[in-house]
Amino acid sequence: MHGSSRFLLLCLALIGLGGCATAPPPPLPEPMAENTAPLPTRTVPEVSTAPVETTRPTYAGPWEDPSNPLYERTIYFDYDSAEIKPEYVTLMRTHARYLGSHTDTRVTLEGHTDERGTREYNLALADQRGESVRRFMLAEGVLPDQMATLSYGEERPVELGHNEQSWRRNRRVIIQY
Amino acid sequence: MSRTPQLLRLLLVAVLSLSGIGLAVAAPRLNIQITGGVEAAQPIAVVPFGVSEGLIPPVDIASIVSADLARTGKFRPMPTRDMLDMPSRHEEVDLRDWSLLGVNNLVIGRVEADSAGFRVSVALYDVFRGNEITSETLVSTKNGMRATAHRIADLIYEKLTGQKGVASTRIAYITSTGSGDSLKVTLRVADADGYNPQTIVSSSEPIMSPAWSPDGRRLAYVSFENKRPAIYVQELNSGRRELVASYPGINGSPAFSPDGTRLAMTLSKDGNPDIYTLNMLSRELVRLTDHYAIDTEPAWSPDGRSIIFTSDRGGSPQIYRMPASGGPTERVSIDGDYNARASYSPDGRSIVMVTRVNGSFRIAVLDTQRGITRLLSKGDLDESPSFAPNGSMVIYATTSGSRGVLAAASVEGGGGQRLSQDSGQVREPAWSHFMR
Repeated sequence: MHGSSRFLLLCLALIGLGGCATAPPPPLPEPMAENTAPLPTRTVPEVSTAPVETTRPTYAGPWEDPSNPLYERTIYFDYDSAEIKPEYVTLMRTHARYLGSHTDTRVTLEGHTDERGTREYNLALADQRGESVRRFMLAEGVLPDQMATLSYGEERPVELGHNEQSWRRNRRVIIQY
Repeated sequence: MSRTPQLLRLLLVAVLSLSGIGLAVAAPRLNIQITGGVEAAQPIAVVPFGVSEGLIPPVDIASIVSADLARTGKFRPMPTRDMLDMPSRHEEVDLRDWSLLGVNNLVIGRVEADSAGFRVSVALYDVFRGNEITSETLVSTKNGMRATAHRIADLIYEKLTGQKGVASTRIAYITSTGSGDSLKVTLRVADADGYNPQTIVSSSEPIMSPAWSPDGRRLAYVSFENKRPAIYVQELNSGRRELVASYPGINGSPAFSPDGTRLAMTLSKDGNPDIYTLNMLSRELVRLTDHYAIDTEPAWSPDGRSIIFTSDRGGSPQIYRMPASGGPTERVSIDGDYNARASYSPDGRSIVMVTRVNGSFRIAVLDTQRGITRLLSKGDLDESPSFAPNGSMVIYATTSGSRGVLAAASVEGGGGQRLSQDSGQVREPAWSHFMR
């Protein structure tokens, strides 16, 4: 118990730092806090002093590590556009380089749109967004078998508001490992 | 042109019966609110039907008929409290009295016992000419009494307007509650008056684009239940369904040909979204468009000879037309920088579509012969328009506050109604064809 709450606290702190370090894309949603048990306030003598894990927390992959550049996995788009904006080139290159040296790793390029316009057109638009990212990654040397595209159109918004602030967060491709 | 690969062929043969998919389940009702069209409507009196001694009909036929007629926007049924007399037999009718009350037409009827359940007789009168227009007797089971009332409404509507009524048709629509991991989406089918709603499929992943078969017995739709979009065709009576398209990329926009033999759809398996048709019998898949732009939202002309679709090949989404076997395309939509999701009116003379006006997405009807576009809706995010099978109304999705609701508008202007659920979002209405 003791160790695991500290561990969680450490994770949260790291995530917090990761969120602050990156400027251009809007901050990612805070991690769910439901697993954080209250921190014990006093030292209980009989508790065995097993060493607290000092090694880095274990992640399924570096993309889950907030301090790793691969943590940034979302590419945002302009309205009704599947064109990649220059500010996301570095992000995509970082992933392409990683995938290039980890050819067993596969990703799904998950495309989304905002709510404006018709649903089936948006399904097609989000597909094209995923395809734009796929083509870029292919040109960067990622193997075709390492990538699949998945379009959700406007069906899976991350923000539910009916304003530009929400819309721009919904027009996205997520590189899902 | 490409042929269906072997793998898909195998998938097609397998009729799926996944958990959670089964026979239709009763669902919350759609509430209908009339929002316009009362002023120009013709006054009519539908007198509460007489009932033989000791008989208790399960529904009030006259009130269902009145509501059906009112919803068309063409009739204004007289409130029962304003009636001075309530005849239910021909010999009790004095048309001069009704003429003084200012109604054009009078409907009377009776419900009697029958070995099948009930026998419903109805008569329609022209008050000013002073004659009976028609009379009819229908036999109905107890459970079929609502349907019988709708048939009576359609009979009256057709006699008085010369156009088939749509009270006996149905509407398919999508509902959703929650978001993210708590998302719950259903595809439902209800009678045209919002009653008798049934959930035909529900999922924790998106469902979209319901499309009716011409015989009204099947629905095609897109479901993400396997974490990616795939097209299913489901038989309503049995709940059985088939996976008909699950290629890499998107599988969307299903649309049955008017003869029901082919399903047009959008696939991006060959690199970007293009229009294809799938022959439902031979399973032959034919590619109709091959363009690097988005081509989607195919809809058939009523004669089945051409297909209109949305494409951004000219830089913005616009409506194009091509032969149903593929070939040269021509642009159909004229004005505006966003026109999408078009479908033909039943007479093939106009199309209804989503158009952007000053940043708002609205429903517009384009008379393709005269080139005149008319706006039907006033919302900001209106979408998914669908003609009633008689062409008199268009149902579409709109928003009320932040809630998704359905609205229906009379094509000639005036009539309107809103359909909503007590909770959750309602969207993507698809009006059935006439039931066969």
